Amino acid sequence: MKNQHFSVLGGLCTLLTMIMALAWVFPVYWIAATSLKSETQTIAVPPSLLPWPPNFDAFIYVIQNSPIFRWYFNTIVVSVSVTVLTILFSLMCAYALSRIEFAGKTVIYWSLLIGFMLPFGALVIPLFMLMNKLNFVNSYLGLILPQIATPLAVIVFKQFFDEVPRDFRDAALIDGASESRILFSIYLPMNWSITWAMSIVTFIGTWNNFLWPLIITSSTTMLTIPVGMTQVQSAYGIAFAKTSAIAVLASIPTAAAYLIFQKRVTQGVMAAAGIK
Amino acid sequence: MRKVPAWIGREARFAMLQHERNARRSQRRQGWGTAWFFVVPFLFFYVLFLVYPAIQVAYLSLTNADIAGQGNFIGLANYAELFHSQDFWASVWHTLYFILLTVVPNTAVGFLFALLVVRLRRLRLPVLAAFFLPYVLPVSVVTTAALWLLDANFGIINYLTGSTAAWFADPNWAMPGVAMVTIWWTVGFNMLLFMAGLQNISSEIYEAAALDGASALQRFLFITCPLVWPVTSLVLVLQLILQFKIFDQVYLLTLGGPYNSTSVVLFYMYRLAFQQNRGGYAATVAIALVVVIIVGSALQFRLLNVRRR
Repeated sequence: MKNQHFSVLGGLCTLLTMIMALAWVFPVYWIAATSLKSETQTIAVPPSLLPWPPNFDAFIYVIQNSPIFRWYFNTIVVSVSVTVLTILFSLMCAYALSRIEFAGKTVIYWSLLIGFMLPFGALVIPLFMLMNKLNFVNSYLGLILPQIATPLAVIVFKQFFDEVPRDFRDAALIDGASESRILFSIYLPMNWSITWAMSIVTFIGTWNNFLWPLIITSSTTMLTIPVGMTQVQSAYGIAFAKTSAIAVLASIPTAAAYLIFQKRVTQGVMAAAGIK
Repeated sequence: MRKVPAWIGREARFAMLQHERNARRSQRRQGWGTAWFFVVPFLFFYVLFLVYPAIQVAYLSLTNADIAGQGNFIGLANYAELFHSQDFWASVWHTLYFILLTVVPNTAVGFLFALLVVRLRRLRLPVLAAFFLPYVLPVSVVTTAALWLLDANFGIINYLTGSTAAWFADPNWAMPGVAMVTIWWTVGFNMLLFMAGLQNISSEIYEAAALDGASALQRFLFITCPLVWPVTSLVLVLQLILQFKIFDQVYLLTLGGPYNSTSVVLFYMYRLAFQQNRGGYAATVAIALVVVIIVGSALQFRLLNVRRR
């Protein structure tokens, strides 16, 4: 009797959870569905939940009438460069901070912890002035370089390296391995999962970055897709299907990265918050 | 130096000691050079693009520079102006209002979702993905969805609920609208942290309590809640820091309007710097934000250290 009572309650809970989950993804579904409608269908009352047969006009229009391929290319160049450089430099820096004794080590680590607290938004004014002086405004270098200066990955990697027993490095040193060999053949493979997790999280974060591309780009050809899509929208006026089509295109890479590497993203997000 | 066992012969023993000494010596000699070789690539960009701007923003706040950086030293005049600026204090109030509307609700919803998700087995990953998916979308996609769903005339939310709110065009509804969108977008993050906290609670505690006759409600109130509190406090502080920095959603949903009702601190700064060309004064606003955030982050570090210990 008691068991039955529990399973009914549990079933209700599960049902409630399912309803909440469906409600939560509904906006995502709604954008996808709207992108497959014609403009007149989008404002029909009552709204149709399933766009059948699918209508690809909005996608075709957006691809033909906006520099979306250029924006895609820009965003890929920026996100991949930022991810590769951030992870490589952070691994190296974290390894030195965790394993090698040298003067200035403590000062560097403390400066990273303080730098980690500084909000990027508060630094955009001097950053913009600096970029202006360096002639990096509206260039890939201007988009990429400030985004690799975040100390988060260094702090995370250092925590993971600190937990590897020192004997691994000592033994390898005695065998004559160089420090870079030790990092890339021992420490990196041992921490492969967190490296991978931080890479995906960095990629998603860079792809989605809005504030910096907004400030540092001024010509349409240099925009990244999250900023570019807002320009197209204001040019279209009220055109929900086209607006939705470009939103779908803009979110495919990050949504796919998350859905494919769900566990890694979870791990990376937690590590970034300070929980392992 | 490690002790060499006695059973090793003299020559081998000597060779081993020699080898270790060499390794150690080369390690010491390498120390400086290698360490800096490892640290410099990151440090170069870090100093140039984070440390230098951080110092520069403090200096700029003492000048009347334009956005190109040209201007004169004017002492604390910017701070005096800031202190008397109605627009600045209005932006502070709007930010605090936004914080009130998001920090606790976002934490509570995250906790609720975590409770709902951890008890699932086969459905766990898809349900988790449903709650977390908005978090990985670009903010402009999130706001596109919001503007479309909350459209006063054609939006499906007004259609389904029969509401006639004009959302982002109504000064009373604009900020709650922004807060709602923010919660929808970011709650998955809080949920993940809570799930980790819930999974850390050993099931033996629950079993023992059940044996002692504690009801489900009692177990929730006297085991789950207190044991998950460290995570709760962490999430609250993280949210506090994060929501102080709100900019993107406001820029995309309302542009600070209607009637400035959603002009938050960072948006106020952005407008001063990049629309009114007042780099120095905008830097003063940035400094005010930095001070608040540093206090919040110091609190976060304290919480994390308490957790570790």
